[in-house]
Amino acid sequence: MSLRTLITIAWRALVRNRVRSLLTMLGVIIGVAAVVITVSIGAGARASIAAQINGIGSNLVIVIPGNVTLNGVRTGSGAASTLTPDDGLAIAKLPHVAAVTPAVQVRTQVVAGENNWSTSVAGAAPTFTYIREWALSSGSFFTDADVAQSAKVCVLGQTVVDNLFPGGSPLGKTVLIRNVPFTVIGVLAARGQSAAGQDQDDAIVIPYTAAMERLTGNRFINALAISADDVSSIVPVENEITPLLEQRHRIVGTQEDDFSVRSLQDIANAASATASVMEYLLAGVAAVSLLVGGIGIMNIMLVSVTERTREIGLRIAVGARSSAILEQFLIEAVVLSSAGGALGIALGVLGSGAVSVFGKWPMVIPPESIVLAFVFAALTGVFFGYYPASKAAHLNPIDALRFE
Amino acid sequence: MTQTPVVRLENLRKTYAMGDQEVVALDGVDLTLEHGEFVAVMGASGSGKSTLLHMIGLLDRPTSGLYLLEGQDVSQLDGDSLADLRSRRLGFVFQSYNLLARTTSVENVELPMIYAGVPDAERRRRALAALETVGIADMAYHVSNQMSGGQQQRVAIARALVNDPGLILADEPTGALDTKSSQEIMDLFARLNRERGITVLLVTHEPDVGRRAKRIVTFRDGRIVSDTPVAGAQLDGVPA
Ligand SMILES: Nc1ncnc2c1ncn2[C@@H]1O[C@H](COP(=O)(O)OP(=O)(O)OP(=O)(O)O)[C@@H](O)[C@H]1O
Ligand SMILES: [Mg+2]
Repeated sequence: MSLRTLITIAWRALVRNRVRSLLTMLGVIIGVAAVVITVSIGAGARASIAAQINGIGSNLVIVIPGNVTLNGVRTGSGAASTLTPDDGLAIAKLPHVAAVTPAVQVRTQVVAGENNWSTSVAGAAPTFTYIREWALSSGSFFTDADVAQSAKVCVLGQTVVDNLFPGGSPLGKTVLIRNVPFTVIGVLAARGQSAAGQDQDDAIVIPYTAAMERLTGNRFINALAISADDVSSIVPVENEITPLLEQRHRIVGTQEDDFSVRSLQDIANAASATASVMEYLLAGVAAVSLLVGGIGIMNIMLVSVTERTREIGLRIAVGARSSAILEQFLIEAVVLSSAGGALGIALGVLGSGAVSVFGKWPMVIPPESIVLAFVFAALTGVFFGYYPASKAAHLNPIDALRFE
Repeated sequence: MTQTPVVRLENLRKTYAMGDQEVVALDGVDLTLEHGEFVAVMGASGSGKSTLLHMIGLLDRPTSGLYLLEGQDVSQLDGDSLADLRSRRLGFVFQSYNLLARTTSVENVELPMIYAGVPDAERRRRALAALETVGIADMAYHVSNQMSGGQQQRVAIARALVNDPGLILADEPTGALDTKSSQEIMDLFARLNRERGITVLLVTHEPDVGRRAKRIVTFRDGRIVSDTPVAGAQLDGVPA
């Protein structure tokens, strides 16, 4: 008998019991949908993390002051004043370090003429543009000479320009930052929102020396941003920074570090770990659903074999080989589970769309995952359909024909 | 001209184990069916008539004894070979018709050809021809449950003869029918036997039905107690 004929016969039998078939397929439908959604969440989340990392800077390693214990009270990470620009200079001499910039961050009111605006002022080195991969739209960035002289020059983000200098070029104009006049020498290219939803263009960058002298008034900085020369150097660079700073900060033995070193890779890993937890959870749901779905199929196939005992007896009497009976019921189970698989894929695609809307990431459904899910569904049919089918194939025809 | 008999049984026994007891269903049966015979098997309930049909129909194996089908010893054949013999050489008709539910007549008749590997188009053509032969060509696309018992039994007979078997085995084919329908079904068997030379072995309880055959074999307790030709075997009641 041709496969096509067999499938047609099986399909007819299933359509005859539409509602029952659909209920039987439910487990497989949910299982397959879960497989598709699982893979899509993983792929979507990773795509979105990759997109975020690309926006922040290349091969970035960040050093921030660690928590310190003051009179038995531990302050939070980043609160300590331990990092200095000299730490940055020392790190810059390490192998595989492409660039270093100190970072001083102050949030303050700035004034230009009659306009004023509250923004974040960042002290940095000229390497800022390289490390953050950020170009200028006009003017120029400050130089090492400006840093050496604590020059009162600044580079504005586009949002600051829009608010302080609506409808005119800011180049050469003066901005008062905490009443200190800074000359505008450049404008950063507009970048829009960060992945976290912050307006990256709402910033002013000035030489870190000027920031320390005129704004914070101390010799410490908030962070060091370091670019490794290659993705593969990120981990070695992280590993070299730690002993160097421990030595410079005279941290010995079991004493706790007063700084911490993080790479975007670490942050990305943490984010993927969250996605992974989701994936494991859904993979579990998928496995359980397919198992339950398979048992459902086995159950209904056993019922079907019992109900159709006379039919099976008759088929044997008119010349069906037992292999033909086995095939018939196996194919029925596989058609049942595959139809469930197809519906599950449709549901999974819809679900992935919904999840990607909530997760704010692109909907990515790798075609392999669809093939995989479908194959799993079909295999469920083979596996759980085999026992009922072989039961049917080995019925005694005389008993079967007499069966009421 | 001696032809190989369709069926030859020698000292055929069939016993069933019931717990620790042994039920003897067939107790040494010798029977020969020649080509073109029309034989009725009669006897009390439990005398072994159906068991005989199951043995001859290759639905079960005898406990001991010899069975030659068309001269071939079937005792050593495997399940697939037996299935193929059932498909090509034998046709079954049951008391309860055993048609597939919610299935048209023509599809019911096609069933044996599916397992015999007959191609789609030829299958349909032959099924329609068989329905024509049994006189219900106009009901080819009727669903089995919507037909009378007599009509359903005709579909079952069409199904039994569609693979051109040499032997049709019928177990109380008129057992569920009224007198008139019984008459018509027996007419049909007689005609198939006469015009096509199909050998018919038919189990019945009704003497009227048995008399339509050319030979009556009577069973008691698993043994043949009489085997007589029907005196002046009747002609068909209704011309074909
Ligand atoms: N599967 C079985 N297991 C045990 N005993 C059986 C089995 N099949 C038949 N028998 C026994 O074998 C004997 C013959 O049964 P069989 O069905 O051949 O009788 P029968 O002549 O067809 O009767 P009826 O006219 O009622 O149909 C009976 O005693 C029956 O109980
Ligand atoms: Mg019987």
